[in-house]
Formats: sequence, structure tokens, C-alpha cells
Amino acid sequence: MEQYTTHIKSKTGWFDVDLKELYQYKDLIFLFVKRNFSTRYKQTILGPLWVIINPLLTVTLYALVFGNIAGLSTDGSPQFVFYLCSNALWAYFAACITTTSNTFVTNAGILGKVYFPRLVMPISAVLTGIFDLLIQIAMLVLIMVGYAITGTSFGTDWHVLLAPVVMLQTALIGLGFGIIIAALTTKYRDLAVLVTFGVQLWMYASPVVYTTSQIPEKLYGIYMLNPLAPMITVWRYAIIGSGTFPLGYWGISWLVTILVLVIGVVLFSRIEKTFMDTV
Amino acid sequence: MSDTAIKIENLKKQYHLGAIGGATLRGELQSWWARKQGKEDPNLRIDQSYGERNETFWALDGINLEVKKGEALGIIGTNGAGKSTLLKILSRVTAPTEGDIWINGRIASMLEVGTGFHGELTGRENVYMNGAILGMSRKEVDAKMESIIEFSECRQFIDTPVKRYSSGMYVKLAFSVASHLDSDILIMDEVLAVGDMAFQKKCLGRMEEAAEGEGRTVLYVSHNMTTIRTLCNRCIVLDKGHLIYDGTPEKAIEIYSNHNMGDYTQTHYEFDGMARRDNLGNLEYIHSFDFLHDSAAFSSDELIKFKVEWTGQVRRDNLHFRIAIRQADSTNVGMGETTILQKAVEAGNHSITGCFDPSMLTEGNYVMVISLNLIDRTSRSEMRDEAPVLIPFSITENLHLREERSRWIRKYWGSVRFPDIQIIEEK
Repeated sequence: MEQYTTHIKSKTGWFDVDLKELYQYKDLIFLFVKRNFSTRYKQTILGPLWVIINPLLTVTLYALVFGNIAGLSTDGSPQFVFYLCSNALWAYFAACITTTSNTFVTNAGILGKVYFPRLVMPISAVLTGIFDLLIQIAMLVLIMVGYAITGTSFGTDWHVLLAPVVMLQTALIGLGFGIIIAALTTKYRDLAVLVTFGVQLWMYASPVVYTTSQIPEKLYGIYMLNPLAPMITVWRYAIIGSGTFPLGYWGISWLVTILVLVIGVVLFSRIEKTFMDTV
Repeated sequence: MSDTAIKIENLKKQYHLGAIGGATLRGELQSWWARKQGKEDPNLRIDQSYGERNETFWALDGINLEVKKGEALGIIGTNGAGKSTLLKILSRVTAPTEGDIWINGRIASMLEVGTGFHGELTGRENVYMNGAILGMSRKEVDAKMESIIEFSECRQFIDTPVKRYSSGMYVKLAFSVASHLDSDILIMDEVLAVGDMAFQKKCLGRMEEAAEGEGRTVLYVSHNMTTIRTLCNRCIVLDKGHLIYDGTPEKAIEIYSNHNMGDYTQTHYEFDGMARRDNLGNLEYIHSFDFLHDSAAFSSDELIKFKVEWTGQVRRDNLHFRIAIRQADSTNVGMGETTILQKAVEAGNHSITGCFDPSMLTEGNYVMVISLNLIDRTSRSEMRDEAPVLIPFSITENLHLREERSRWIRKYWGSVRFPDIQIIEEK
């Protein structure tokens, strides 16, 4: 048999993802990220400033509603810093899910005309979000420095090194859930609507605007099975040094992350070759 | 290394007709639940059973094809023949239902120009973007940037967002990116239908260069027979998902254009009662046309004898009969007409028996369009009636003439052979 470079076949394996090929398209991933980022704020008045304004407005609202009106405790941290910290991670997770779950439908135009590894799309969507997250972290650090100068102390120590790990985990789990939903939305568009709503509900089921210390003792075990709950707890512990460090639950959360990602990639590889016929 | 670029074995692609599934998850679950309980599926039409719900359709039904390196393969066929499906599968946009394809080398596909162009990005940024989508690395694009810009004729606008481009510029830029890709196989789906004449010519030149000069394989789908003829050295015809012809472009075009024309046995045509276009046939009316031969296949050195019957309602003193000749793909070839019809001046039934000399036509299949026309003193003609169907016939060149004449290549010379050049003096 002669040597051929490509073989197009009708059958798809269960784990038919060509990671080497994906790596060859790294330039494309980079360009998509750049494109997503640079086109988002074209023809707007404030431009990239929105990356800062948006969370500031959200956090102000949280401080007003949850901090002052509802009077939820922040375990002694300044409200503004507390909400800003958890909101940054949550916003990134939410963005990962919503953008990846829509990639097939919004990019059907390109995907229907030319081949490249389909995973390029969700991966670049997830990477785009990291920039927003980094900018928010920079802003958070500035504000924390401001607080520190005026005398508030934070328990931040070497645990801050955990922050990048949590970021990575968020990207992976966001990508995992995102591509599972993406694979399903090619057929059922209404899932996309459900996702927007579901993510909002999920936020209230995760310790974003409150702390885990407010969870009743007997529900705590179940509550922490939500993979995002230990992630946000660890995140806050790493950055502002408040709360606890639930190592065991975090381990479970990692297992869930990897499971979700594997299911996502398998589902994706099953559907990526023919989704153009149904999208 | 073998010289095969693409090998397709028993390729099939099935599509579902009608809406796919229940269209919503709710509908799907509802159907599934009902089936599981042995009840009737609430989403079925009353006369359907479950198996029937998804009617299917084979867009490609068992294609076998082998393309050699450096071949320029044309793909023609009516709408829905499966051309685009084939290209989509080859460019891996969708997967086949059955069958295998082996490909040797990198594929660049242009199913549509400007794929992945983003309106907000500048021309230059889009070149990088588009290049990367087509599989080029940043370095490769850098190296070719100059010649891409040069070819696209858009240098002046290269740093302007492409949403401000005219559609022509957009296409020019897109084509030049794709054509500069170092691919071994180039797949194109009628992308040349855009751009001005000069640019189309340039694109064709570029593609010919790719196929002949650089030994790249080109797969080209088009409805424009002229470009197929100039560009391709092999051509396949698809019909309802089957490959019905594989061979020279000339023959393929003939098969494609004559798809419903039969085998030139029809010699009698009647036009009574057939709708005429515009206002034709109101005063003069052509009833019938006959070839006074056994078939409509002629040799180029015989005269084609015919008889036309028609009726006139008024007296005319400037009427004549015309035969326009077209190639089977309806490229115009030429026209011949009678002198003014002397016997036809009075109202009533008439007939003309005449002969047409096809000696200037080269071998191939043609159609006749016959008509009656008025001609005024300034040589302007006004059509009075035209036969509403095309009359096909074929020409074979006489063998004893062929010996001393060049074998005809329609791609270069069209379909008319002028009388031999007379030599006045030879030293």
C-alpha cells in the first residue's frame, strides 16, 4: 500500500482527536484570540475600558445588594475586594461556558467552508477570556495595595501560587462543559438559552457572593460537591487569604474537571465531523 | 512516492430529508418516551411509522475516482448532482457516510472566497487570519505577504478594515491568499464568478500555472464551460450522485449539455401550440422543421437539407429565414440566413426547402435556432417567429480531409474552421 498523508473515513473512533494536528494550528489559535479580543471593542466609545468598568459595576451592585441590604458576611474581608476577587473567577468561568457553547452556531459560516481542527474554536474562546481575567486580577491587586496602605491587612501568603492552578482548572472545566453543550446545541438550539439562565443559577449555588462558612453543617458535604465551590474557596484563600483551604473537596473537584473534559472531548470528536449537516 | 494525489473509493453521503429529529430536545424526548412505552409517537404524521420518519437521500452514491498529480480535474453536473458535497467531503468540512478517501499532500480548498474574513480587521490582518485558516504558518504568510498584496491589486487599502471594501476587492484579496498557499491540491468551487474580467483572467492564468507549471493538482467545479475547457485536462460529470463520465473535458461538456437531448435520431420537429417568447409568432408562424435525412448526425462535407413549413398572415416583401448555430453548451458559433424570400410575399401557407453547408463546423455537437425575420433597408432585422425548441445535430469531420489538417483543439480555436488559407506565393 502506498503512503498517503490523509485518510478520510466514514467511521469515527471514540477518542479521535489529533492533538499533533491541533498543535500545528497554534498560529490559528493565536490569531483567533487576537481577533476575538481586538474586534470586540471596535466602534465603542470606551473601548477596552469596558473590561474594567464591567466588573466594577457588577461588584458595586453586589456590595450594595448582598453586602449592605442582605448583609451577607464576607468573613472580615473588605466587601469590595471580596466580591471583585470571586467575581473575576466566576465571570471567567461563565464566559468560557457561554462562548464555547455557542462556537459552532456563531461560526457556522467559517466551519462550513473550510477545514481546520474544530477544537481550535473553543480553545481560542477560552484563551480570550484569560486576558479579561488577568486585567481584573491586576485591578484587584491595585485595589488591595490601596487597602493595605490605608491599614487593612490581608492574609495573602505563599498560597498565592495556587491561583494559577485554579485559573487553569477553571479554563479546563469551562472548556469541558462548554464543548459538551456546544456538541448538543448543534442539534438543539434552545440549550443555548438554558445555558445563560443555568449559569446564573449556578452562581448562586456557588460561593461567589457569600462564604462557605454560611452553609449549614449538614449540607456542607453535598454543597462542596459542586466543583466550582471548592475552586472559588481556594481561589479566595490564595489571593486574599480569607476562608479555608478544602484540600479534599478540591481533589474531588479536579476529578470532576478531568472527567468533564474527557467526556467533552469525546463527545466533540463524535460530532465534529458531521455537525455541519445538522447545525 | 506514487503519482496519485487523491483516491476515492465507494464514496457515499447520505442526507436526511425534512426536519432532523424533533428539532427540540423536548420533542425528541417525547418521541423517545412514547416509543419506549409502546405508544404512538406524537411527533409523527398519521400515515408514518417510525422507520419512515427520516426519509433519506443519497447526495453521493458510490463514487470511485483516482486523480493523478498535476491533473486539472473539472467537475460538472446539474444542480444537486453532488458536486459541492464531493468538494465538502474532500475538504473535510463534513464526513462521508460510507467509503474512503486517501489524499497525498496538503489541500487548500476555496469553497467560498473570503472564508473567515472579519469585517473589523484590516486587509493585512485578514490575510494572516485567512492564511492561518487555510493552514499556513505565520512565517509562510510573512514570506508571501508582498506577492499576495501585489496580486490582489489592493495595496492602497491593505490597512483598511475589510468591511469598507467593495465586494470585488474583497474577493480579489481572498483569492490571492488562497492561491498563494503552498498546497499540493487546490479545490475550487466556482470562485471565479466574481471580480472583473481582467482579474478573472489573471486568476485563470494563476490556476493554469499551478496545474501545468508547478505540477499541483486542481479540482474545479463550475457551470462555466469555457473555463472548464481552458483550465482542465480531465473532466468528470456527476448526475444524481453518480459519476456518469470521466474523460476529456470536450466530451464531458457534451454529455453534460446534451443530457436530455437524445442521440440525434429525431429529424422531425413540430412547433404548433408551443408557447413563444415575447410577441413572436403573432403574424408569421413556424409550424414544423424537418431534416431531409435519416438522422441528425452529419458529415462536415455533406449539405444539410431541410424543410420548414410556416404560415404568414400579411404580405411581406422583406422576410428571410435564419439558422443560428450554437455549441451544445449554448456558446454562440455563427449564423446563416437566406436571401429575401421571393415566394413568401403573400399571406398563406408556405414551405421552404433549403440546404445548409456545415463545412466550416468542426467535429462536435451543436444546436440550431431557426427563425423568420424581417430585414429593413438599413439591415436591421426584426424577429417575427423563432422555433421554441433547440434542434440538435452533430458533425463528424470527414476522414480523408483530416489527414492533412491539424487535429482540432476546441479549447484554443473555438468551433469554426475557416476555409484553407490560399497561398499566393511561396519561396
